[in-house]
Amino acid sequence: MAKIVGLAGDEAVAYAVKQCNVDVVAAYPITPQTIIVELFSRYVHDGEVNSEYICVESEHSAMSACVGSSLTGARVFTATASQGLALMHEMLYIASGLRCPIVMAVANRTLSAPINIHGDHSDMMGSRDCGWIQIYVENAQEAYDWTIQAFKIAEDMDILLPVSVNLDGFILSHSLEGVKTLEDEEVMRFLPPRKSVYSIDPEKPITVGALCLTDYYFEFKRQQEEAMRNVSRIVKKVNEEYEALTGEEYGILETFEIEDADVGILCLGSTAGTARQVARKLREQGKKVGVVKLWLYRPFPTEEIVAAIENLKALVVLDRACSFGAPYGALCSDTVSALHQFDKKLNISNMVYGLGGRDITPSNVESMFNEALEIAKTGVVKEPIKFVGVRE
Amino acid sequence: MSVKRKLGWKSLPIGGVIPEAGSSVKYKTGDWRAFRPTINLEKCVNCLICWIYCPEPAIVKKEKWVEVNYDYCKGCGICASECPTKAITMVEE
Repeated sequence: MAKIVGLAGDEAVAYAVKQCNVDVVAAYPITPQTIIVELFSRYVHDGEVNSEYICVESEHSAMSACVGSSLTGARVFTATASQGLALMHEMLYIASGLRCPIVMAVANRTLSAPINIHGDHSDMMGSRDCGWIQIYVENAQEAYDWTIQAFKIAEDMDILLPVSVNLDGFILSHSLEGVKTLEDEEVMRFLPPRKSVYSIDPEKPITVGALCLTDYYFEFKRQQEEAMRNVSRIVKKVNEEYEALTGEEYGILETFEIEDADVGILCLGSTAGTARQVARKLREQGKKVGVVKLWLYRPFPTEEIVAAIENLKALVVLDRACSFGAPYGALCSDTVSALHQFDKKLNISNMVYGLGGRDITPSNVESMFNEALEIAKTGVVKEPIKFVGVRE
Repeated sequence: MSVKRKLGWKSLPIGGVIPEAGSSVKYKTGDWRAFRPTINLEKCVNCLICWIYCPEPAIVKKEKWVEVNYDYCKGCGICASECPTKAITMVEE
């Protein structure tokens, strides 16, 4: 039976991890750490979980400890944000390269300088190509649900890749919501103990992390890409199982009124909620607008996204991170590439917003929709990349 | 050198794991060498300092003298540098 509990995003993740019978949590306990591991350490202290909690001296060490633990066949979790993720950067590649199904929550926050602790997607976008599966959630409920599903996706034998569950820093990590939680036994049934790939047996020693030069390295990278290609199939399977358990419907992306829309907004994370609310209002005024929210950002769901947006007359793609000097922000670049792959053309306006935690308001979103409607009417994109909400 | 067909990505164990022990013996690193250590047995006093210092280890202890295993010696020259009687010289390959 589902219980509804008041939880902030951080608490929702910690509670989900508690129910997932995680063997090891390794984390750096100081800024920019989230409340997630603070809460989890309390569970450990109070004997509510049997997990090993490794308190380390940096995020680089946190991920190193996670990699080592994961290679023994343990179920491993960690959390970080912002500069912490940046410090982990090197080890993120080790985790994916050694095929460690670690799950990490990232409370997305910006990167210095100037120093700023607030929310945007600069941290994870900075580690975009690290070979991790990346999921972005819209609210605390999704943070809870995706954390549980993330372990099942990561540990699937056709995947064995680490997963980051991204929740907007402060907007989600610190906001209290009613979250529908599962019973411990239900989670246990959904997520049986992890099956290890290699046994750790002194009688049958193996080598991990060996030197691998020009003659083999490329093959292992190709294997990683293949695992990425399996992700969308496994995500769908896991979503179906989760729906059977909870009734919550998840997928690779979520759309709102997009089927007959003239224009749409494509975004990640909590902004989707604002966009949907504004879309609802504009629909009442007879404006045909819709919203596409990506749950799965890596691997990029090329086919699914093209199917969702191909009939629009104009699309606004929202990026909450700067890709300095690039033709578009990260999400927009991927979207344009996806359309190109399917030989589709669409009028696209890329809008970079909310850097360093600057709010995105319903009126911001309304003007974005109106601009998209104007582009749809005229067929002209005046500014391919626009910075919304910045003072001139 | 015999040319063995290398496995492709579909056949290799995932993540670059080597599922057997001691496999580095098969990896002969001698062809990395640019300079070859040669031992002058007239000067060698068999003190075994080269044998201790060789990081590979490619100095092989024999009954009376030491020998170099050229299958694995990378030619780093530590043995020649450490030899107290200057019995080892590095000769260009």
